[in-house]
Amino acid sequence: MTVLTVKGLHKSFGGVKAVQDVHFSVAAGELLALIGPNGAGKSTCFNMLNGQLRPDAGEVTLLGTPLVGLAPRQIWRLGVGRTFQITATFNSMTVRENVQMALLSYHNRLMSLWRPANRLYRDEAMALLERVGMVDQSERACGILAYGDLKRVELAIALANNPKLLLMDEPTAGMAPSERIGLMDLTARLARQDNIAVLFTEHDMDVVFAQADRIIVLDRGRLIAEGSPEEVRQNEQVQAVYLGSGAVFAEAH
Amino acid sequence: MSLSNIVIQFLNGLAGASSLFLVAAGLSIIFGVSRIVNFAHGSLYMLGIYIAYSLIEFFGRSSILGFWGGVLLAALIVGLIGVVIEMVILRRIYRAPELFQLLATFALVLVIKDVALYIWGAEDLLGPRAPGLRGAVQVFGRRLPEYDLLLIVIGPVVLGLLWLLMSRTRWGTLVRAATQDREMVGALGVNQTFLFTSVFFLGAFLAGLGGALQVPREPAQLMLDLTVISDAFVVVVVGGMGSIGGAFLAALLIAQAKAFCIGIGDVVVFGTTLSFTKFTLVVEFVIMAIVLVVRPWGLLGKPQAAQRGSTMVEPPLHPLGKTFWSVVLGLVILLAVAPLGGDDYLLVLLVDIAIFTLFAGTLHFLMGPAGMVSFGHAAYFGLGCYGAALVFLKLKLPMELAIFAGPLAAGLGALIFGWFCVRLSGVYLAMLTLAFAQIAWSVVFQWDEFTGGSNGLIGLWPSDWLKDRTVLYFVILAFCVGGMAFIWRVVHAPFGYVLRAGRDSPLRADAIGIDVRRFQWFGFAIAGALAGLSGALFAFSKGSISPETLAVSRSVDGLVMVLLGGVQTLTGPVAGAAVFTWLQDEIARNTEYWRAILGITILVIVLAFPQGIAGFVKQMMTRKGLLKEVAA
Amino acid sequence: MDRRTVLKWGAAVGAAMMCMTSGAQAQDTIKIGEMNSYKIFAAFLEPYKKGWELAVEEINASGGVLGKKLEIVSRDDNGNPGDAVRVAEELLSREKVAFLIGTFPSHVGLAVSSFAKEKKILFIAAEPLTDKIVWDQGNKYTFRLRASTYMQTAMLVPDAVKLKKKRWAIVYPNYEYGQAATAAFKKLMKEQQPDIEFVVEQAPPLGKIEAGAVVDAIAAAKPDAIFSSLFGPDLAKFVREGNTRDLFKGVEVFNLLAGEPEYLDPLKDETPEGWYVTGYPWDQIDTPEHKKFREAYMKKFNDYPRLGSIVGYSTVLSAAEAIKKAGSLDTEKLVAAMSGLQHMTPMGMITYRPQDHQSTMGAYVGKTTLKNGRGTMKDWYYADGAKFLPSDADIAKMRPAD
Repeated sequence: MTVLTVKGLHKSFGGVKAVQDVHFSVAAGELLALIGPNGAGKSTCFNMLNGQLRPDAGEVTLLGTPLVGLAPRQIWRLGVGRTFQITATFNSMTVRENVQMALLSYHNRLMSLWRPANRLYRDEAMALLERVGMVDQSERACGILAYGDLKRVELAIALANNPKLLLMDEPTAGMAPSERIGLMDLTARLARQDNIAVLFTEHDMDVVFAQADRIIVLDRGRLIAEGSPEEVRQNEQVQAVYLGSGAVFAEAH
Repeated sequence: MSLSNIVIQFLNGLAGASSLFLVAAGLSIIFGVSRIVNFAHGSLYMLGIYIAYSLIEFFGRSSILGFWGGVLLAALIVGLIGVVIEMVILRRIYRAPELFQLLATFALVLVIKDVALYIWGAEDLLGPRAPGLRGAVQVFGRRLPEYDLLLIVIGPVVLGLLWLLMSRTRWGTLVRAATQDREMVGALGVNQTFLFTSVFFLGAFLAGLGGALQVPREPAQLMLDLTVISDAFVVVVVGGMGSIGGAFLAALLIAQAKAFCIGIGDVVVFGTTLSFTKFTLVVEFVIMAIVLVVRPWGLLGKPQAAQRGSTMVEPPLHPLGKTFWSVVLGLVILLAVAPLGGDDYLLVLLVDIAIFTLFAGTLHFLMGPAGMVSFGHAAYFGLGCYGAALVFLKLKLPMELAIFAGPLAAGLGALIFGWFCVRLSGVYLAMLTLAFAQIAWSVVFQWDEFTGGSNGLIGLWPSDWLKDRTVLYFVILAFCVGGMAFIWRVVHAPFGYVLRAGRDSPLRADAIGIDVRRFQWFGFAIAGALAGLSGALFAFSKGSISPETLAVSRSVDGLVMVLLGGVQTLTGPVAGAAVFTWLQDEIARNTEYWRAILGITILVIVLAFPQGIAGFVKQMMTRKGLLKEVAA
Repeated sequence: MDRRTVLKWGAAVGAAMMCMTSGAQAQDTIKIGEMNSYKIFAAFLEPYKKGWELAVEEINASGGVLGKKLEIVSRDDNGNPGDAVRVAEELLSREKVAFLIGTFPSHVGLAVSSFAKEKKILFIAAEPLTDKIVWDQGNKYTFRLRASTYMQTAMLVPDAVKLKKKRWAIVYPNYEYGQAATAAFKKLMKEQQPDIEFVVEQAPPLGKIEAGAVVDAIAAAKPDAIFSSLFGPDLAKFVREGNTRDLFKGVEVFNLLAGEPEYLDPLKDETPEGWYVTGYPWDQIDTPEHKKFREAYMKKFNDYPRLGSIVGYSTVLSAAEAIKKAGSLDTEKLVAAMSGLQHMTPMGMITYRPQDHQSTMGAYVGKTTLKNGRGTMKDWYYADGAKFLPSDADIAKMRPAD
């Protein structure tokens, strides 16, 4: 089942065409990697999906619902979870409270002025933390957490609204190489369990080729290749774009 | 206005702009690099004019060399005073929570004022005219002082010199880099200590120069510090913080607006007379409000780079457990038996403390959990005062009902002002709150028939059953304790969590479906309404109110209480309001130079407890194991 | 900096470190609570304080009142009504003062007068100029010493009418005092000179006048005369800019309060020639009562008296006389004694009028002049306050019944 469909996406800044005529789709339970060299338009593309940028033209639909023109918070309400390249969590709250926030929002309990927030959706939050392996750190403040752990917290937050689609911008950026595969492993497992579509951008080719079901490649704003990791690896245009980093491809076995 | 009037007012505006620019430029540079809101900048300006006066008198009133030597030397001395302030005080508290440095600079204002009073006395000191520039030149049949012509030139010259300094020297490059991203400059191995000290020297030097250059134009006097600081803030913010060119542009805009308001005078529109000269009371704040609504970072400013790790990260909230409520209960019991002591005045003082605790509590709610610093919180206190008072006096409703008009009026005001304010952040938000507060103040101050104008309203005495001091004490106490308990509940409720979420990471909040602005807006209104309640209680406990209830000084008092208690501690406002009110009462009663002593006391507290008084107590209790640490 | 300044700095720091506490009180004293905005209006209130200190010393040297020593317990009200009322509470409940005197700004004076009415305590307002404190918002317990805004304005009107100038410019600080002075002046002038024209009105914010622009705006209207109620730094700036820009050439200027040494002295050689002012030519008044006061003051403080000195001195005299006349510290008796109380001050005899509780203390009206590099007054005369008040009928209309 196709969860996210992107058709004819365009975006220019001034005279610079950042994204041109991009098409792709993500199916439920599928991990789709969006890669490309620096400046290829990955972030622009990504930000048009999550509502931070408005495309000049094109369609973005989530299970048939158009997303263009919606704010990030509205897109979230439709069932899109997000993680950020540089983690964004609430530093003055504990790990559990961070997840509780997402749950409170999901259950529309934010306006409450009286009941202590701390006690609401506690078990659900712990269950989510259990899934990402953060139970033992649930009472620590996010402000003092190790970076890799924050990424897991973000994942738990992203799962709080039973998402149909996860958008992960450079999910392993800033992490130690040994932790990267582990995080994406976890993501892949959760996605398959819950049948969530995942779209992620990534620099680390090890991660991409180890975890992605499918890969799309952007270069100078255009989609230049799409296919399984093996197909993309063999694609000459992709190799040309990544000239000099062919070694990365070779190592990915 | 005739052509000659337009020309002469334009030239007056230019001269005024130069004067404004000089003070504002220093403030802007200091803020840009150190992020310190230097409240004492006006005091440095005041010192500049006083020191220059003394030096010029010493060198001889009519010597050209003596005059200019005096001016430059005064600026240098003020620059060095700035260095001392930076090295002795500010350097120790750079890592304190945001805006804490404001508290130290506020204390300096108090100290410098009294030191100036001691050295130069209370009488205004009008300096001599500048030798060689005593006269005036003929412009379109009018006479423009030669000295004003010089000022018109000095402003752009200083702007040019600063531009050269900033763009042509390594030091200037560092300053500009630090203005963009302070941490990055530190990470590059630049000696930050020297950079900060030298920036402070330059800023203070410019303030001193600005003051010294005014010797021929206005007398040195003790009110200058506060008059100048508010003007300088407005100019810096309108121009865009950290932007020197912006400051010049803003100074020009504001000075011209004032000159032309004065030049236009009274205009009759549809039979009613509009007095533009009266409008000069508030014109700069109206300009600031408009500029900030249209351009959230000022005319030439850029969005502020987020600060990374430069301030203490706030620890998670403890749930309001038994320990907390039993401490509160203990305090309430203590307050309940206070009347048994038989000291009536103690009750009066406690009523003041209770009211200011609620006021500071609402400001803390905004500054702490909601992350919205307000420099104009007195607006809601004052609207509460006037709302309650007007319902009581004009509608003749009994006091018991009139009290509720306070929160209503203030809440409404906060809804209107807040709608604009939550669109901004950081210091810009703070300054927009100030602008609205000043606009509200000027309306109350000038609307004689309705608000009693500058004299205020009197005769707001409670109903008969409340005339007994003890009864009144308990009623006010109940309102204040109830108000604080409500705030604490809200902070721990989802609503409070949402506000903290919006403060910690707007990006993340948005990504989990939270409309941050909407919650901030409601938060603003709640804080405003409760501040209004404190105002209404104040009105009936004092029997009279005046526009001061919404003046800057009241807002500053609130800020001082919150910072003194500790922004990151929920009980901070209680400690801050109690200590500040009690200290002021005690010191003012027993000493002549009470302001200086109050200032020194605050400085000591600032240096000893950068986390605030309540924050310090909490830290000690945590260390001793009396309080559980949530964060491992 | 010279050595004296260095010493002063050192002493300032030393003084700042020192905390003085008030000493124990003797039983055989009568305590009066005094409050004022000492830090905010230091220029006026330092001499004021010296004035009442002298009065207390003299009264006690001559045996005190009712056989007891008079003691003034003084507090800083921080220039705002909220603090003032708190200080008043403290004076009443802790210091057990018999009644209250003092205050400077009008809004503080009004707040304390409302407090006095509520608590049924006598209050002698020393400085506040607002007409309202004895008229629109007057009350049974409040009396006021100084000549009010209306009275001082009225004192300048006869000279203004005599000049027969048609085009008038008005400049005033934008708050109640300036507004009231302007309103009174316009009303009184129109009554006596119906063809008068007010060609320009400037209302700069208090303490923040853009003097150059204001001077030019007035000049543009080409007035024959100017009525100003500026004072303090605003006045100094206005005078300097006006002098440089030739505003005052051929134009008659009337300025309330400008003859008071507090505001005239800072002008030094900038003092304009021939302005009509109300003020206090302290060195030229040679009535016996003033000579005595001046000599005692100069001997005690090694400084000359300002207008504030007389106000402070006379306020305490009024307080002492009221106690003597009442023969008791009972509020009702004190209030009754104040009504119609007559006593001598350095300015002459004054009476607290029963109909509005305003004293008849006058002011010196004259012209400014420059003498030996400093400003002073010439052609002055003492205007008795009693002659510059509205009719009793008008007052009865304004003043609420007790």
